[in-house]
Amino acid sequence: MRPYVREKTGFTFEEVPENTCFEAGYLTTVNSGWRSIRPVINAAKCVGCEQCYLYCPDGVIAIQGGKAVIDYDFCKGCGICAKICKIGAIEMEAERK
Amino acid sequence: MSRKFLSGNEAFAEGIRLARPQVISAYPITPQTIVVERLSEMVEDGSLSAEYVHVESEHSALSCAIGASAAGARAFTATSSQGLLYMAECLYYAAGGRFPIVMMNADRSTALPWNIYGDQRDSLSQLDSGWIQSYAENAQEALDLALMSYRIAEDSRVQTPYMANLDGFVLTHTYETVDIPTHEQADSFLPPYETDNRIDFDNPKNMAFSAGPDTNYIFKYKAHKGLLAAAEVITETEKEFADIFGRHYTGLTENYRTDDADYIIVTLGSIAGLCRETADKLRGQGIKAGVVRIRYMRPFPNEEIAAVLKNVKAYAVLEKDISFGNEGTVFTNVNSALKKAGADVRGYNFIGGLGGRNISAADIEKIYTDIANGTDAVNFIGIGGGNNGK
Repeated sequence: MRPYVREKTGFTFEEVPENTCFEAGYLTTVNSGWRSIRPVINAAKCVGCEQCYLYCPDGVIAIQGGKAVIDYDFCKGCGICAKICKIGAIEMEAERK
Repeated sequence: MSRKFLSGNEAFAEGIRLARPQVISAYPITPQTIVVERLSEMVEDGSLSAEYVHVESEHSALSCAIGASAAGARAFTATSSQGLLYMAECLYYAAGGRFPIVMMNADRSTALPWNIYGDQRDSLSQLDSGWIQSYAENAQEALDLALMSYRIAEDSRVQTPYMANLDGFVLTHTYETVDIPTHEQADSFLPPYETDNRIDFDNPKNMAFSAGPDTNYIFKYKAHKGLLAAAEVITETEKEFADIFGRHYTGLTENYRTDDADYIIVTLGSIAGLCRETADKLRGQGIKAGVVRIRYMRPFPNEEIAAVLKNVKAYAVLEKDISFGNEGTVFTNVNSALKKAGADVRGYNFIGGLGGRNISAADIEKIYTDIANGTDAVNFIGIGGGNNGK
């Protein structure tokens, strides 16, 4: 389950809480800007074994329709999923933007 | 009410017992040790119902108190000198997280050379950490501040941790007769701590999170406003305290014979009593001497100090502190108050009491005569002066 991400940019003074305590799962921005390489799933090879899902340190991999999918809004490009995949279904590709 | 013969440490411990903290975490360090020894005895004999946590360091002591406060508990810790410096990282976490922890700090010299006696360099070095800072003069005030501290820190307008400073040995280890309120009186003055700034299993929250450049400055501004709001909350709290307990306090400063004074010593802590006695003696000789005792360094009493000092011929700031390479930090703060008020009065800095060195009545009398005649800007008592005390 992907958390809710606030769509609005910028904050008013009143929106910022008085202390560092706020509702859980409230993400103010997407967070993947420093990723230089991205994991790409080869759906034809992927068997949905969930190893990448278990190892992903940022929790951005889900299994949908028996295949791994990646939330690129939060993937930092660490490459652990590609390393852990025993059947070579994940490849790291350079970011082009 | 009962009356006992207590040291400053013991009086503070009695005040904390009356405040009913739920978690106490502390690591012993001279001259703070006795306050936490007494509290651990109270927990042991059942007269205080609290979780007493034996931690392995001061860093852990305050971290534990932060965790307890984040769980919604009223938390207490105490330290001194190097212990406070070891806590420094956590001081900022506690203030930024707006956790209204109360800490007693026994003001003591910092190494090197190693020294266990009293000066105020430990706490004054942490003025920027975002804590309320009070400086008690005697054991009764120490007990009363312990009880008032939680009311002030926990107020929804303030939500700021509170550091109650007691001069090491001179106050922490000196015995005085102290009035101790009853639990019934204390409970009517200080309600249990209630807050939304805590872990809540029914309503999950992010706690102590990060905030980037887009919002971080707003959190800092709000923390600043919270500390500033403490000034009016202190006044309200002292008024209600006087109604219940019959003892009156005077907010961020305490003035003595200042109304028509020509020469004033501004100071803080236990030395103020000797300054008042000296002022009385000089008044007997026709010299219009007065004393301003700073009770709170944060929030800083800018208006209060400027209102008194703007009409004098000269003032001295007497402090047990030196910011190496410049001057005493209290002097810097006092001068800024006058500058902001547009006042042009000659002020002089007197650094004394470092490492527990005695400040005598003769030293204080000399301060009054020195500022009347004009002297160097920054003076080390017992050594000499210069523009930077050199």
